[in-house]
Amino acid sequence: MELLFALCVGVTTSCGVYLCLRGTTFTVVIGITLLSYAVNLFLFASGRLHLNAAPILGVSQRIADPLPQALVLTAIVIGFGMTAFLVVLAMRACADWGSDHVDGKPNAIEDVIQQENRRP
Amino acid sequence: MNHLPILPILLPSLAGTLMLMPPLSKRPGAQRWIAWSVLVVLMFVAAMLILSARQQTMTYALGGWQPPFGIVLVVDRFTALLLAVTAILAFCAGIYSAGKEDRQSSLFYPLFLFQVMGINGAFLTGDLFNLFVFFEILLIASYALLVHGGGKEKTKAGFHYVTLNLIGSALFLVALGTLYGTMGSLNMADMSANVGLLLPEDQILAKTGGLLLLLVFSLKSALLPLHFWLPKTYTAASASVVALFAVMTKVGFYSICRVFGGIFGSSAGALAHFAIPWIWPLAVATIALGSIGVFAATSLRLLTANMVLVSVGTLLITFVMEGGQSLLAGFYYLLHSTAVTGALFLIADQVGTQRGGAMDRFVRARPVPHATLLGVLFLIAAIAAVGLPPLSGFIGKALILHSASRFAEQVWVWPALLTSSLMTMIAFSRAGSTFFWHVSAKDAVGGLKLRFTQIAAIVILLSTTALMTVFADAILAYSQGAAGDLRQNPTLIERPHETSRSRSHGVQES
Repeated sequence: MELLFALCVGVTTSCGVYLCLRGTTFTVVIGITLLSYAVNLFLFASGRLHLNAAPILGVSQRIADPLPQALVLTAIVIGFGMTAFLVVLAMRACADWGSDHVDGKPNAIEDVIQQENRRP
Repeated sequence: MNHLPILPILLPSLAGTLMLMPPLSKRPGAQRWIAWSVLVVLMFVAAMLILSARQQTMTYALGGWQPPFGIVLVVDRFTALLLAVTAILAFCAGIYSAGKEDRQSSLFYPLFLFQVMGINGAFLTGDLFNLFVFFEILLIASYALLVHGGGKEKTKAGFHYVTLNLIGSALFLVALGTLYGTMGSLNMADMSANVGLLLPEDQILAKTGGLLLLLVFSLKSALLPLHFWLPKTYTAASASVVALFAVMTKVGFYSICRVFGGIFGSSAGALAHFAIPWIWPLAVATIALGSIGVFAATSLRLLTANMVLVSVGTLLITFVMEGGQSLLAGFYYLLHSTAVTGALFLIADQVGTQRGGAMDRFVRARPVPHATLLGVLFLIAAIAAVGLPPLSGFIGKALILHSASRFAEQVWVWPALLTSSLMTMIAFSRAGSTFFWHVSAKDAVGGLKLRFTQIAAIVILLSTTALMTVFADAILAYSQGAAGDLRQNPTLIERPHETSRSRSHGVQES
């Protein structure tokens, strides 16, 4: 279970980092979303991984640490709000610059399409 | 229980929320008066906290829940000083916005107050996770304030700023997860008690978490490799917003002090002061690069933004120097530099508005209307910022130079600080002479009427540096107490009955 969990966090993080480094606002938004998913998973694991353990006393034999779950909940809410803001800002940026390049370069979309077409 | 410590968070939050509600949301006049009175009350609250923190460190358990289960706010002298400087700066930025930014939308004051709430909360909290939450509050308010008013430059700077800070927040959470996993608590007092007891295999994890935190706080305080966002952001935002932003880099500095002076401080055993070798070269390099930026700036705003970088580097140097004297010099310099950079941003806006098309760029243009008043204000701010006597910048810098007692420190600190002072002096002289003497006509024409509140805001900020010179002795005595509080803070806070480490082990074993 630990290996699977670690792989999930690792793969999601690397995808997120890769997408964040792309040049268009949309991929950056998706990248940040993936990154925050990975972080939430990681935060959840900081209370150690247990099976069949409730975070409440007296319900099950083993007890899971409830605090990371509360932290994850807070982090999800905050991350959700931030992502929503970023999406709106990216749309506004696209309208302001007439392009969805992160530096506001004109013709960014056409450049990407041309590059794609040139590829064999 | 004394409810004073929660007021700096509660008041702006309540007032901001009320302003979003129907009767007030359509009445800008009423909004303005409520916001201003809240900002005045915050100054009084900060003054009272300064007085009561002198007697003892206050701990406020929210809802009466004691740590480790509840959340605490801690007010010691360091916190109280920063709350006071935030309150003064917020008041000046608030009254400066009258008739400018606050006309643009009815959301300006609520956002402004939420940002003040986030800054105050970050200073007050005694818990790392709540530090994260308050960081997010101040950041989301700052995102919206940054793009407030609209425009291509603002959107561009805003998108970069938001993206960087969201990635920073993700790293912050990773660091918190790592630290919680190893130490079993996020309460700062609890953590500093536990960090000395860590097993060797956990120490490397705690170190990783700590360095990740350093990375995040360096991003917030604009330390060298992570400073690229700052000049662009601070040049794009509107004047009163960027004046309030002058305290935001200090939140990063404050967090570095709390984490690496408190948790990983001298009581941390094997992990004591492990981040100091990382901060040293970066801080010196930040000063160097900031000074070059000041020298190369093409407008007064860009120059001031680079001054912020120089002050961040200087502050971090005072934090990492050995010997107790440097940190109190650093706190004095912190108060001074926050007020002066705030004032400089406002002066840049005034000069830019009066010069019309030339804005605040260093180009030959028609004479500045109201040149006498603006020139005198600029001169005072420049003297304070460069660090010439008799204003507080001189005292701060002289103290920092004096506290570099060991030879190895002197070799780094003296050339860095003195060269940067010389470079900023040349840059400011050039700026002033371009604005006021290098003009293309004889007499000023046109010129907008000066608003009383805007000039008053600048005068209040500048008068604090004069007052800091007059009352330097008292402020330094208080800063010394604040530095002492930072180093021995954890012992003063009531300990939980059992250490959290045994709790987390209990969870695993049960």
